[in-house]
Amino acid sequence: MSMDKEEAFSKFKDCAVKVLHVEPEKVVPEATFAEDLEIDSLDLVELVMALEDEFSVSVPESDLEGVDTVGKAFDLVYGKL
Amino acid sequence: MRLTWDSNHPDGGLRATRKVAVVGVGAVSVAGIGKEEFWEGLFKPSAAGVKRVENFDPTPWLSPKELRRYDRFNQFGVAAADLAMQDAGPLNLPSEKVGVFMGTGVGGLESLENQIILAQQRGYNRVTPFLVPLLMTNAGAASIAMRFQLRGPCETTSTACASSNHAIANAARLIATGRCDAMIAGGQEAAITPAATAGFTNMTAISSCGISRPFDKERDGFVQAEGAGVLVLEEYEHAISRGAHVYALIEGTASNEDAHHITAPLPGGKGAEACMRIALDDAGITPEQITHINAHGTSTPLNDLSESQAIYSLFGDSCPPVTSVKGTLGHALGSAGALEAIAVALTFEHELIPVTANTKHIESEMKLDLVVDEPRKFETGYVISNSFGFGGHNSCIVFGPAR
Repeated sequence: MSMDKEEAFSKFKDCAVKVLHVEPEKVVPEATFAEDLEIDSLDLVELVMALEDEFSVSVPESDLEGVDTVGKAFDLVYGKL
Repeated sequence: MRLTWDSNHPDGGLRATRKVAVVGVGAVSVAGIGKEEFWEGLFKPSAAGVKRVENFDPTPWLSPKELRRYDRFNQFGVAAADLAMQDAGPLNLPSEKVGVFMGTGVGGLESLENQIILAQQRGYNRVTPFLVPLLMTNAGAASIAMRFQLRGPCETTSTACASSNHAIANAARLIATGRCDAMIAGGQEAAITPAATAGFTNMTAISSCGISRPFDKERDGFVQAEGAGVLVLEEYEHAISRGAHVYALIEGTASNEDAHHITAPLPGGKGAEACMRIALDDAGITPEQITHINAHGTSTPLNDLSESQAIYSLFGDSCPPVTSVKGTLGHALGSAGALEAIAVALTFEHELIPVTANTKHIESEMKLDLVVDEPRKFETGYVISNSFGFGGHNSCIVFGPAR
């Protein structure tokens, strides 16, 4: 599957806004989940499940270790495309 | 309220000197949201059929983010607790001395059913990480504690339709015995789901015509309802010192068990009768001092018969006026007792007993003074409110006037 990185991030952002009910302008690569977006580990699991559906990828739980920013989560998903 | 049941004690046991006041009420029910709407709703005709709280909008109380992890029963509870806390006014108490006791029959059943369907369609790895907090019965009490930052005892009681009476009774005792100075207590239920409806229907507990008519000879089952009722209870002297409005006092409570059948009451209403007797003893009063009975009165053939027998065994031919607000409200299961406790608090306030709606012809063998057709003036005295649950759980609360 080929997808432009910008296009992919836009999809990622839409998904995050929908699932997490956060302001779109807050979803930037450097935003941290805990402080900037105020989401907890359960929210992150739900986000990843939505991203798996959206991008048709599979993200095992072990891959989420250390994923604490939007950028890291995006790279994780984008790397599987 | 008793502290001990020691029959060797000169007075038959020690009694609490601390009194328990009802200082705030919050209702979310088919009859209305908030105490004014709820009270007015008790005097309006009620449409036949399942009683959902159709106009409930949780957004004044919960953010979109919270809504994703709060099942409907939990949303009801938070809303009712918030209404009750506003009604009570600022408690000005240390958070460790205030607790939350809530009752619910099944908790987040709707979320569970939806997630099972989703899992079967798309696999169990698609089940939301919020499923457990959505469905667990204690999420209700926990959410209220989090909202108001209350760090006293926080527990959930699940005794089917007796749940909220038990929760209120246990909360009242924590105040009487001094562990807490105030409690948020009540019940919450949102179980009008396809599976629950099928279960109740197949056991023939539900009215086939969708009409709740407690104690009527044509009653044919209960009508499913949902909602939440929350009371704020407070130690009386503290309530008075801060100028709180006191609706009534909780004077006595009782809990016992039929140990007979998983759904049918003990023949002759013997378990319910014993429970009412214990509640009167706990309050230190005699049956003659009861001026009103807020009955469980579900409109099922078995409950209403056995409850009427229990009442007759205790009060004989001098039965005080009895009402069942389930004619109007339907049966909100684990929240029913709390909604009825609010009806009792407002009966003290307005000195008026609402009618048992829809009941036209009382079963001839039931020797009750049932309030039908027209509301009745409430003669100030003590009120007993009954709740009985599948499983044989009985719970009675005696309320008295504020003084």
